[in-house]
Amino acid sequence: MTRFDNDPAGGGTNAVAVRGLVKHFGETKALDGVDLDVREGTVLGVLGPNGAGKTTLVRCLSTLLTPDAGYATVAGFDVVRQPRALRRRIGLTGQYASVDERLSGWENLYMIGRLLDLSRSAARGRADAMLERFSLTEAARKPVSQYSGGMRRRLDLAASMIGQPAVLYLDEPTTGLDPRTRNEVWDEVRRMVAEGATVLLTTQYMEEAEQLANELTVIDRGKVIAGGKVAELKARVGGRTLKIRPTDPTVLGSMARALTEAGLDGATGSQAIPDDGLLYVPILSDEQLTAVVGLLGARGYGIADIGTELPSLDEVFLAITGQKTADATAHSELEEVAA
Amino acid sequence: MSAATVTTPGQGTQQAPGDRGKLTDEGRIGLRDNVRHIGALARRNALQIKQNPESMFDVVLMPVIFILLFVYVFGGAISGKGNQQEYVNYVVPGMMAMMGINIAMAVGTGVNEDFKKGVMDRFRTMPIARSSVLIAKIVVEIGRMLVATAILLGMGFLLGLEIKTSVVDLLAAVALATLFGASLMWIFILLGLSMNTPQAVQGVAMIVIMPLQFGSSIFAPTSTMPGWLQGFTAVNPLSNLADASRALINGTGAIAHPTLVTLAWAAGITLVTAPLAIRKFRSES
Repeated sequence: MTRFDNDPAGGGTNAVAVRGLVKHFGETKALDGVDLDVREGTVLGVLGPNGAGKTTLVRCLSTLLTPDAGYATVAGFDVVRQPRALRRRIGLTGQYASVDERLSGWENLYMIGRLLDLSRSAARGRADAMLERFSLTEAARKPVSQYSGGMRRRLDLAASMIGQPAVLYLDEPTTGLDPRTRNEVWDEVRRMVAEGATVLLTTQYMEEAEQLANELTVIDRGKVIAGGKVAELKARVGGRTLKIRPTDPTVLGSMARALTEAGLDGATGSQAIPDDGLLYVPILSDEQLTAVVGLLGARGYGIADIGTELPSLDEVFLAITGQKTADATAHSELEEVAA
Repeated sequence: MSAATVTTPGQGTQQAPGDRGKLTDEGRIGLRDNVRHIGALARRNALQIKQNPESMFDVVLMPVIFILLFVYVFGGAISGKGNQQEYVNYVVPGMMAMMGINIAMAVGTGVNEDFKKGVMDRFRTMPIARSSVLIAKIVVEIGRMLVATAILLGMGFLLGLEIKTSVVDLLAAVALATLFGASLMWIFILLGLSMNTPQAVQGVAMIVIMPLQFGSSIFAPTSTMPGWLQGFTAVNPLSNLADASRALINGTGAIAHPTLVTLAWAAGITLVTAPLAIRKFRSES
């Protein structure tokens, strides 16, 4: 198993340390010996398909589930033996909004402040400040049931931040959101990270992991199958793919040859697909990307459209394990695992 | 404050007091904190009612409908000679017992719906006693029960209810009914946490409630019932509660015995079901 280890040379202490964590649900091993670390002030992305064990991991780390074996510490506290101390130091935003829909945004935040032992006036102040901070002041007095998906997720983040947690868990924070709303949530997460939050983020999307995480752990069927810096992992799975649409589709072949001659083909070689009218070029670095575009321009090829594509979760899994995700290969089995 | 919303590095790696070998958790949550948590959660439950006033229909309408139904449909027949007046004084104290069990049942369905929501996960990951979520619910439901009892008594007075003893005795009867009702809520909370749907909770609850309610002295004296049924009503807590309330309000019959039986039931039910319900809530995931 290749893992970035808790190498002290990497700097910083671990806000989350998980060793050999196991959790069964009947016959199903939702977690089958997971090891991971989140360094203080960084974002660890936990990438995996549906049913990989991501949510089970978060639930174990937030004292909602008791692991069957292994151990984990969060902010220095043991998840099993020191749950009360631990709960004071974590914030959780799940894939389902964990706010009360029948209360207003302000009432939700005020209640959480009071539950976290703030005085009445401090809880009021914190609720106002957090609504302002997450751009929800206008909707403060409306019931959450009238909020849009993005507003609800923002309120959820605000609720998780009331207690100034040492570690924040984001369990698939953008699942089910449209792209614009997703960007809103990403912006908020980036801001929290810039202010120093330590985050454990689970996601099904390589793009989300790339946008937000410093390091990545890939899990499948309850096991860690890869891990490391996002850039390292991307290099392993082949990075991005550049898609070029020439103004004249008949030049696709000669464009591909020009790149091959210049040695700008990337790891697996560029591919001209006349049916799409596109040239696909695997990209390993920004320099290569610049060089490819520069070369094609210098040779006088007209370019109608250009764009890059990140590898999908399936492609990541294919590159790491030589197998498709459970999602792609065994639908029926997956449903069992997810249930 | 707005920018200072996240922890500064350093705060996150605090080691537990003591060495790694013997980890000590934070102490239990103190009483004052606990009361504040219950207050904040009770406020949530009360705000939900404000947001959804229809949820008070049962509290407002049930006493009105039931008292009219029983006094005018059965009252004359039960007391003989069409004398509803006398029946009002018989049935209203009994119906105080009935209010309790019906509102307690609603707690079960409410808990079943509410506790599947994501917000419960948040409560479970917060540094609060998990029982406070349940106790807050009971506090608000006791409030609803008192509103229902007030409406019942108000209707009773309109229909000619007379307090033949004193206001203190009336309040004692209300307190006894409320105490017993609160103990019943634990049963229904346990049921609500155990069943899959609110419909299932309601189904099971009806099976339990119907014989308890009608196999009792709430609506009619037990003297005309067959012997085996009298045996049942003698231990039925609702009969005892109805008898105790009646004795307190009308000044007739023994007070001590039915009161003690009711209190024993309330204590027994709470001692058995409250820890089970709290444990169920704790392990629910």
